[in-house]
Amino acid sequence: MTKALPTVRPGDHAIAVLPAGPAARNGTDIVPEVELRALDQLWFQVSGTVCNLRCQHCFISCSPENHSFWFMSRDQVAASLAESVRLGVKEYYFTGGEPFMNRDMLGILEDTLQIGPATVLTNATLLPQRVVDRLAELSRASRYTLELRVSIDGVTADMNDAIRGPGSFERAVAAVGRLAAAGFLPIITTMQSWPDHETDPMLQDFHQVLADVGYDRPRLKVLPPLRIGSEASRDRPYDEAEAVTVDMMAEYPSDLLLCSSARLVTSTGVWACPILLDYSSGRLADTLDEAVAVPARLAEQACYTCWVNGAICSNMPGFAMEQT
Amino acid sequence: MRSYRRIALFGGVYSNHLALSAAIEDALGRDVDGMMCLGDLGAFGPHPDRVFPLLREHDIEVVKGNYDDSIARGLDDCQCGYTDPRDNHFARISYRYTFDNTSPENRVWMSNLPYEIRFRLGDLDVLACHGSPRQTNEFLWESTTPTHFLDKLATDYSADVVVGTHTGLRWNRSWGEQRTFVNVGALGRPANDGSPAVWYAILQAEARDMDVEFVSVAYDHLALAKEMRDEELPEEFVETILTGWWTTCLEILPGKERAAGRF
Repeated sequence: MTKALPTVRPGDHAIAVLPAGPAARNGTDIVPEVELRALDQLWFQVSGTVCNLRCQHCFISCSPENHSFWFMSRDQVAASLAESVRLGVKEYYFTGGEPFMNRDMLGILEDTLQIGPATVLTNATLLPQRVVDRLAELSRASRYTLELRVSIDGVTADMNDAIRGPGSFERAVAAVGRLAAAGFLPIITTMQSWPDHETDPMLQDFHQVLADVGYDRPRLKVLPPLRIGSEASRDRPYDEAEAVTVDMMAEYPSDLLLCSSARLVTSTGVWACPILLDYSSGRLADTLDEAVAVPARLAEQACYTCWVNGAICSNMPGFAMEQT
Repeated sequence: MRSYRRIALFGGVYSNHLALSAAIEDALGRDVDGMMCLGDLGAFGPHPDRVFPLLREHDIEVVKGNYDDSIARGLDDCQCGYTDPRDNHFARISYRYTFDNTSPENRVWMSNLPYEIRFRLGDLDVLACHGSPRQTNEFLWESTTPTHFLDKLATDYSADVVVGTHTGLRWNRSWGEQRTFVNVGALGRPANDGSPAVWYAILQAEARDMDVEFVSVAYDHLALAKEMRDEELPEEFVETILTGWWTTCLEILPGKERAAGRF
């Protein structure tokens, strides 16, 4: 789904121009930069790149064997949470890999929900009733919302499992049923692997599949493909022209981009966003304090997808007021 | 800067002139020494031009909301940021109707509204905004707004008290050294709680000791529903006015708030 972008006047966003190093692409030697407006979203690569599934479209190629990034401990996360209070963070997101492979995950959520809202991006294949019950307890005990973002990539087992692996559809849908019964309204995310004209019937089918397990008012979020990692070979990589240039940012409201308001903490440093984990250009600093002062560089072609669609990783897209 | 002892704060009106009229009358009977509206005068309801005379007649200061900004400037949409196709469908209907039925004079009047109003309440510095002090169309929900985030806003914008609306759901929180945030709710539509009543807030302060009171307003919602049907506004909007449950603009609700509703 392409989001219509508002027109803004130049000068309302911070774009710098500087010589690019090895990240230069698209026939230009400069890349746009985006300053951090405020650290609204703090993301945690809480299970590194370790996942129990091997999804064919994973933009960071997570798998049981991908140990490029490792699990974060409850203490590591707690240290960043303490920093985040001083920085005025608004929302906390947990991703991986599969966050629920992290044995500390429930404790991490307990800590987080004491200070703010938490969202977990999960494949929902590791959510037995015992875990769902504990999540519901944590949710009830907090004034803040606990959001479960469940990835399901098809309306049938055949369609989903071709991408996410055998049995994953049945397990995820069943877990959604358990979450709904426990009072959650999980956000179902699905990568668009079909042509635009099939979206409406696809969403209707999703509604039926979810209603069949007792989730009768689903929150659905269709995501565009990120043509990097495994997805580049599953479908296609980016075309040469699909990249963000300085000219493209000249009148673009950078508030729409996740990197204008977020940072991602990992086991080995801080990145601009969760999508650029495999790129050195995405790594900003060793510590969160340092990373908030470093602008994000739109040096990779995946940035083009965000430029077209806005902050696809957030529960709600980034949006800016039109300037007077 | 104006000073007040006890002030009534109205949230989004959404063209619900009958609720606004009832709320003004109610507030005047509660010994307030001022009334203020935090913006979003149009949307959702019938006859947007019927709201403006009430505001002027009662000397009600108004903060510019995102809807007012859009209508005044003739933008393409209300700047709520919906991506859900169904929400967008209804938002477009609402926006088009409001734009077509707001006079040029009232659009000019709205274009001159301020994005924030600062005032004194007792010995407290209050900042009145629409969404948040930093962004008119920022949603501050109770379940997604950490106290440390509010504290940063209060510090960055030099206010003891911040008041806003935009979400349509009332809540308040106090922390630290007499700092408070109040979302005053909305007059335009019910609070997604199964009751047709709408809400506003009264703030009162003696020196630095402040009291927040939310006031429920019953109004002739059946008459409003009839006006909406006569104007051929969507039945989904009418249903919300009659039942108190939100049927549209649901995408923006966090899970906790949405789970409390019906849809």
